[in-house]
Amino acid sequence: MSAVGVKARTGSTALDLVLRFRALGLLVALTALVAVTTAVNPRFLGGQSVRDVLFAAAITVLLACGMTVVVLTRGIDLSVGSVLGLSAYVTASVLAESGMPTGPAMVLGLAVGAACGALNGVIVHFGKVPPLVATLGTLYVLRGVVYFLAGGSRINASDLPRAFLDFGNGRLLGVPYLFAVAVLVLVLVGVYLGRYRSGRDLYALGSNPEAARLAGLPAGRRLMTAYVLSGSLAGLGGVLYAARFGTVDASAGFGMELNVVAAVVVGGVAIFGGSGTVLGAALGALLLTVINNALPVLRIDQFWQQAIIGALILAAIALDRLVSIRAARALRQKGSHVD
Amino acid sequence: MSTEAPARRRDSALLRAATTWDAAIIGVTLVFLVVAAQTVEHFGTARNAGYIILDLAPILLLALAMTLIVTTGEIDLSVASTVGLTSAAMGVMWNAGMTLEAIMPLAVLLGAVLGAVNGLFITGFGLPSLAVTIGTLALYRGLAYVLLGDTAVADWPRLFTGWTLGNIGEGAVPNVLAPMAVLAIVFGLVLHATPIGRSVYAAGANPIAAAYTGIAVGRLKFWLYVTSGAMAGLVGVLWTLRYSSARADNAYGLELTVIAVVLLGGVSIFGGKGALPGVLAAVVLLVSLQNALRLAHVSTEALTVVTGSLLIAAVLAPNAASAVRGALHRRRRRTA
Repeated sequence: MSAVGVKARTGSTALDLVLRFRALGLLVALTALVAVTTAVNPRFLGGQSVRDVLFAAAITVLLACGMTVVVLTRGIDLSVGSVLGLSAYVTASVLAESGMPTGPAMVLGLAVGAACGALNGVIVHFGKVPPLVATLGTLYVLRGVVYFLAGGSRINASDLPRAFLDFGNGRLLGVPYLFAVAVLVLVLVGVYLGRYRSGRDLYALGSNPEAARLAGLPAGRRLMTAYVLSGSLAGLGGVLYAARFGTVDASAGFGMELNVVAAVVVGGVAIFGGSGTVLGAALGALLLTVINNALPVLRIDQFWQQAIIGALILAAIALDRLVSIRAARALRQKGSHVD
Repeated sequence: MSTEAPARRRDSALLRAATTWDAAIIGVTLVFLVVAAQTVEHFGTARNAGYIILDLAPILLLALAMTLIVTTGEIDLSVASTVGLTSAAMGVMWNAGMTLEAIMPLAVLLGAVLGAVNGLFITGFGLPSLAVTIGTLALYRGLAYVLLGDTAVADWPRLFTGWTLGNIGEGAVPNVLAPMAVLAIVFGLVLHATPIGRSVYAAGANPIAAAYTGIAVGRLKFWLYVTSGAMAGLVGVLWTLRYSSARADNAYGLELTVIAVVLLGGVSIFGGKGALPGVLAAVVLLVSLQNALRLAHVSTEALTVVTGSLLIAAVLAPNAASAVRGALHRRRRRTA
């Protein structure tokens, strides 16, 4: 889809530009929202308030990066909330109960996520189960496993090592470590998708799986990469969740998949693959978080939050459709081949 | 499965019917019911059967329309949120002093309108149903919270709540079974014995070919979403009265269970394949399995694991079976 956009750029209006470059549109929306909210209450741009946003956005950004990679391949990973919960619980419980050092425990959380991702990948690729069904299934199964492990108990911040909690709540030059980690991951995944052959392969697989296979791309290996990456990032998200909140019970990350899918879709990643960037997805995640934090400042009932997310998803996909229709029309006007 | 060797196709229709996924799931369900009745205490009692029927009513009603939608190759993830929103709207209308006789049809109508919104986005604007209904899943649930917040409306007239929990006559058969059975038969007849049903299969198997044979695929899908919404509205009414509580979070997450039973019932997520009897059996299997596990004091956590595994297995098993058949076929050819 992006190739079509570039070809059709001649004679485009400013509206076309904003429509086509989602990141720009999102930045405009973000700026407008922040401006309005700050006008109502100048403290919204204050240090504490901005830090709150960055803390809250970090984990969603992280998961949105993984989700982007999967959605690019025409997949979807609905299990991220459950993977996050499992990883958070495992990490917190080994830290609290077995006295494992912080470093290895965090690696363990990441590995749990990677293993869950590999499980998804195997079911999708080798089992030929559609990603929606496969990850809906693992959403249930993994949540069941967390409940099984945790029972009704929960792990409290007082059981966790000081260093671990400091990492979750500490800041470097005012920026939360959590957000720094999310930005680092964003850059790495962005470079991987944009600059590396296997990253470009993911776009090719999503645009036209059959053509990609005929061109000799190792579809299976790439799909596994995508799901393992998404699982690992959800695992990392779980570790950060445990470090940030300290209190972990069986419901950690419950229902989070909806926010992450929303962020990705709002960020302009096409749900049927082949188009989109992690930057867009991250901005989508940031926008959702800012909306969430701006609602109380604007004195809008918190209960509106979910309705707004839903409306944004619908607006985003309708916008994508509009862009692709305009692009196709522009192509026709130029008299060039559409296919 | 239709690409089997030609010799296979000449097998008797009876044999083929007996080896379909439908027949398998019906068989498994019957075996499970018999075994559970023998081994799980209290499972086989008339009272427990009544509970099972009450529990499966919302899932079954939502699964009826979902079967048709999935058979056309689409999906509707917003059904449970539609239940929540209609339930919340019922609460608001009741608080405003309207009578329940007026509220109930309005709730079903509201559901139909919400379904029409889905249908408009999907068939009118040509957007993917997965993305649209994820959006309305959030939107409708969000609007439900906007209407009622986290409060509940619980002062429903005893006459109606009593009916939803009551039994036919003095017997042990719950009242809700009657409308359920009628609707199941109607949906079954429409899908399997009318031109509409044939166009549902055609639209799912090959939408372009269906359009060329003169089927208005878009209009068909639009009305299926309206139907799905109306059924969700009906479930909203039923849910509110059964639990005597209108809440924004009613039926939260139920869409997953509904999708699970539809796929477990043998409907292909790619469309064009599936039948209602299998789905009905899958509903009975899942709900009675949950019931039996609860009676056997197996933790509810096990239920989530079972549901998820069944969902994956439902799609994995036919794939694995055809892979094994393919491998056997290749080997036979090599040795021949």
